[in-house]
Amino acid sequence: MSSNSFAYNEQSGGGEATELGQEATSTISPSGAFGLFSSDLKKNEDLKQMLESNKDSAKLDAMKRIVGMIAKGKNASELFPAVVKNVASKNIEIKKLVYVYLVRYAEEQQDLALLSISTFQRALKDPNQLIRASALRVLSSIRVPIIVPIMMLAIKEAAADLSPYVRKNAAHAIQKLYSLDPEQKEMLIEVIEKLLKDKSILVAGSVVMAFEEVCPDRIDLIHKNYRKLCNLLVDVEEWGQVVIIHMLTRYARTQFVSPWREDDGLEDNEKSFYDSDDEQKEKTDKRKKPYTMDPDHRLLIRNTKPLLQSRNAAVVMAVAQLYWHISPKSEAGIISKSLVRLLRSNREVQYIVLQNIATMSIQRKGMFEPYLKSFYVRSTDPTMIKTLKLEILTNLANEANISTLLREFQTYVKSQDKQFAAATIQTIGRCATNISEVTDTCLSGLVCLLSNRDEIVVAESVVVIKKLLQMQPAQHGEIIKHMAKLLDSITVPVARASILWLIGENCERVPKIAPDVLRKMAKSFTSEDDLVKLQILNLGAKLYLTNSKQTKLLTQYILNLGKYDQNYDIRDRTRFIRQLIVPNEKSGALSKYAKKIFLAQKPAPLLESPFKDRDHFQLGTLSHTLNAKAAGYLELSNWPEVAPDPSVRNVEVIDLAKEWTPAGKAKNENPTKKFYSESEEEEDSSDSSSDSGSESGSESGEEDEEGDSSEDSSEDSSSEPESESGHQSDTENRRAAKRNSKTKGKGDSKDGKKENEKSKTSDSSNAESSSVEESSSDSESESESESESESRKVTKEKEKKAKQDRNRLATDASLLDLDDFNPVSTPVALPTPALSPSLIADLEGLNLSTSSSVISVWIPSADLRATHQATLQQHPHVK
Amino acid sequence: MRAPESKCTVERGGFFQAVGKAIYWALQLRGPHGLLSCLSLRPERTRRRITDRPRSWAQEKAADVENVPPVISTPHHYLISIYRDKLFFVSVIQTEVPPLFVIEFLHRVADTFQDYFGECSEAAIKDNVVIVYELLEEMLDNGFPLATESNILKELIKPPTILRSVVNSITGSSNVGDTLPTGQLSNIPWRRAGVKYTNNEAYFDVVEEIDAIIDKSGSTVFAEIQGVIDACIKLSGMPDLSLSFMNPRLLDDVSFHPCIRFKRWESERVLSFIPPDGNFRLISYRVSSQNLVAIPVYVKHSISFKENSSCGRFDVTIGPKQNMGKTIEGVTVTVHMPKVVLNMNLTPTQGSYTFDPVTKVLTWDVGKITPQKLPSLKGLVNLQSGAPKPEENPSLNIQFKIQQLAISGLKVNRLDMYGEKYKPFKGVKYVTKAGKFQVRT
Repeated sequence: MSSNSFAYNEQSGGGEATELGQEATSTISPSGAFGLFSSDLKKNEDLKQMLESNKDSAKLDAMKRIVGMIAKGKNASELFPAVVKNVASKNIEIKKLVYVYLVRYAEEQQDLALLSISTFQRALKDPNQLIRASALRVLSSIRVPIIVPIMMLAIKEAAADLSPYVRKNAAHAIQKLYSLDPEQKEMLIEVIEKLLKDKSILVAGSVVMAFEEVCPDRIDLIHKNYRKLCNLLVDVEEWGQVVIIHMLTRYARTQFVSPWREDDGLEDNEKSFYDSDDEQKEKTDKRKKPYTMDPDHRLLIRNTKPLLQSRNAAVVMAVAQLYWHISPKSEAGIISKSLVRLLRSNREVQYIVLQNIATMSIQRKGMFEPYLKSFYVRSTDPTMIKTLKLEILTNLANEANISTLLREFQTYVKSQDKQFAAATIQTIGRCATNISEVTDTCLSGLVCLLSNRDEIVVAESVVVIKKLLQMQPAQHGEIIKHMAKLLDSITVPVARASILWLIGENCERVPKIAPDVLRKMAKSFTSEDDLVKLQILNLGAKLYLTNSKQTKLLTQYILNLGKYDQNYDIRDRTRFIRQLIVPNEKSGALSKYAKKIFLAQKPAPLLESPFKDRDHFQLGTLSHTLNAKAAGYLELSNWPEVAPDPSVRNVEVIDLAKEWTPAGKAKNENPTKKFYSESEEEEDSSDSSSDSGSESGSESGEEDEEGDSSEDSSEDSSSEPESESGHQSDTENRRAAKRNSKTKGKGDSKDGKKENEKSKTSDSSNAESSSVEESSSDSESESESESESESRKVTKEKEKKAKQDRNRLATDASLLDLDDFNPVSTPVALPTPALSPSLIADLEGLNLSTSSSVISVWIPSADLRATHQATLQQHPHVK
Repeated sequence: MRAPESKCTVERGGFFQAVGKAIYWALQLRGPHGLLSCLSLRPERTRRRITDRPRSWAQEKAADVENVPPVISTPHHYLISIYRDKLFFVSVIQTEVPPLFVIEFLHRVADTFQDYFGECSEAAIKDNVVIVYELLEEMLDNGFPLATESNILKELIKPPTILRSVVNSITGSSNVGDTLPTGQLSNIPWRRAGVKYTNNEAYFDVVEEIDAIIDKSGSTVFAEIQGVIDACIKLSGMPDLSLSFMNPRLLDDVSFHPCIRFKRWESERVLSFIPPDGNFRLISYRVSSQNLVAIPVYVKHSISFKENSSCGRFDVTIGPKQNMGKTIEGVTVTVHMPKVVLNMNLTPTQGSYTFDPVTKVLTWDVGKITPQKLPSLKGLVNLQSGAPKPEENPSLNIQFKIQQLAISGLKVNRLDMYGEKYKPFKGVKYVTKAGKFQVRT
């Protein structure tokens, strides 16, 4: 306890005294505490000097040592001022280490931390996207409430950055700011809304993460992006995939109707979905009844399927739970193969996957039956894996495979791992109750185990046999006699208690043995476990009622012993039993029924899987693993009775443009656009080869996706009015067109059916073709020199796009994202007008900005020291 | 999603203490809010410290390191841990997250350390604390994974070498890259740009493992073949490779490196990809269970413990079966003897054996099996006197290796390269190994 509180202080970084104390104690051991303590201070002195030096190598060395100190838990906070000065270092490694230091200590030294802010603000405008991004990362990690407005502004700017990498970091920063100041929620949601529209695969995962964190209930923000997310999913990095899939699972459960309705008729429904021609009539006949899957629902299920092949276990699990929760039951079968594959992985993955399989196997046995043998236990498995496998084997047991399983269980029972052997016995008991054919076999097998040498095995067998016998009130006198004999040797309380209960319950079947057992127990009553004592009392009571001649005195003796027992439960029980069974003048009507009460038919216990009630948690979640609701668990809603309007997912071009323009306008006022394009050029020239390569590769990839020949017409028509921003919304156009045809189709259901089919097939072929072309686009990208001309060729072929492509080449940006090339949304450094008045006030309060309210971005580095001093004066107590 | 790290060396017996200390070490590594500061792992969330629960957790479950559950709930936090190379990597979680997400990430972290330092040990981590911080900084932002591809990380932070540290100390240049790795922005994030080799080579290792449980009588209870194809690609530029098999139908269930084009595989059963640079696992697969697995070895065994006597007999012979003309080498037999076994007095006809009386593990290093003279290991087992004889005979775990053979019969047909002009050197190697190969006795 004391160590605990001690460590708490150390953690919270609160008490300087404890920190010092810690220093001292940690240094005591090598030699005299005092000497070393002072030398420690000196050491810091020379670190300071190194940090002040002009040489980068010395600074770097100092920073490395400081990080080493942090790692060892030593307090390096007194170096704060010296370190902060280096935040503007040109050397990237020093800079990064300073960042590490800052994130660690900024919250403790808020005032000093402010000194670094201006540097970050400058770095936010750096031409190098890596520096912009890491500046944002650190700025948002410094948990100083006073800079919340600055963070907010930085996030807003970064969310409109040209570089998708910076935008990705903006998405991460959203969560950090939200946790620092939840009051910013509304503003942050706006940013999230904007970033959700981003088409970069880099951003998608991060922004969905931010969405889940900040506003998971704003499902309406997803509608318009749903199809885009589904289509991007395969290309998103693996961590993003997990987050997106989990979010889309929740989304699907709120937006689509259940595909599980009328489970029996499921196959028919499936058929009707695929070969429409035959089924059309049927459909018109009962227009409302048959279930047709929403194409968007289908899209999600289809697009996640390839991810089952991912090497990342988390992705596979995410897809598996998606299939489990939202796909028609007939299709969920494909996940079992992939899940079984994960069992080859390390023990931690096995553990989680087995838990999920256990839950699944209760509800849908058939899914994992073909893989029965994959769950066979090896003696080298850790016990927790063994028990989980056993659990699954039990769930999968049926008439057909039980004999094989029982043979397998026989091996397990003999295992050296006794805990596992005991679990196996429980399992056999469960199989015996579930499958009536083998009950007798199991029972005799368990009776054999009663002569096992190991006490744990015997005890477990007794407990299980008790349960089995209770379920089968047939004549099992022999077994009971056998067990009565065991009482002499067995010492495990649960087992003894079970035997006693069993004898009491069947005392009329073993009239000779029961009283004798009671006699023995009366002798040893005082030394028994409480559990056993209670059962002795019960046995006594039951015998008193059935065979009072022989046992009256014994029972009274036991009741007397119980009356003075140390345990109040036992005293209570004794009193209760005495009143009930021993007739006296006070005893009321109840004692007449004592026999009925004690020897009533008891319902047999149900041997159930411990995983039975886990299915209300979403699979693959922490809550499921713990079988308890973890903080922040988002409930998976039930399917809606009636599907909400599917048209909300339609992406309308005009709407989109409208949404985009105002933001763009606000920024277009800004003339610093040049700044950015310059920067990008600079970068390009530095590593132009790779950049242009990747650029053309990615772009042509996206073109492929969009260049769907079958729908060119619709694309053309819709992109005409939108020559500027048309490109970005091409995909939307396509989908909107598709959707139009569908909604049209709904008017007259006959045609609608066909339309659906068509769009489906065309869609899939589209995806197919894109992938085939992908290879060609990739090969393009290899030869850098060709790439540009190559992509030009493509653009010539597609007249409508040519303009934008040239546009793109002109800007010469090296980015994946199409949005970036759209001048409307071109983000630029925000000047004064973008600042809200309140913010300006805040900043003035901070005294950070010198002349303008552009947050001191343009302070020349020479001024830095001056600013420091200014700030220090502002906060004199820092000194 | 939040994954910092704590670590400890673990030995049997010394476990409590080790964990206690290790958690402490980890706590010290943590930032002001209870976590490694450089991880920026939702610091605010872990403001309250993890309490002393980790230690009690460790004590409760300490009986066996392997049995420490990967997910543990404490009053304010959830601890998700992995155990690798005698280290625990623990992640402290406050809110709902898919546990596999964290586990998978922790393994990536460990992989990266392994990759950078050659080993993932406590000493290596302590020696390279600065790089560890820098790496974690790149791998994680606010608990969300950023860059986990080793190709990208290596562009950002160069792995430590003696030469480089010498050069750096003279020139003052740093190990940290100052531009964003181009891979991160492209749609092939796994490959770094500007790769140049003088010798362009592409090697593929087809490694198949046989998982099997053989019962007492020698019949197969369960057997299956799992395989991986590991690649070592040293090719300049942006090569686009496609690898085809003679008999792709054999592959029942496959998982891919993200570089592989799934659609190509679906339609043509061809692996088409732009490879990462260096070593990586291309695919792992399972051979369809319809195919009967040819078990290449057989084991004759008789292990018996006499009732009421302090000794027992041990006799194991191992021989080749259907070896397809290849030699079986690298054979090792490991047996976890029951606890009552005190010592073993054995004579091998080939190889050498060791018995660890503490862990009760018998290891017999056989080496190559020659069919003319089958290796055997015979002798007496000394039991603790007075203790009841063991209920069950121990099972034998067998390791072996067969070079130049893929037991499933999988064959690579050809490797084509597009997009680059040069002619690469190509090589394919086949190995079959025992996976989890267990013989019950």
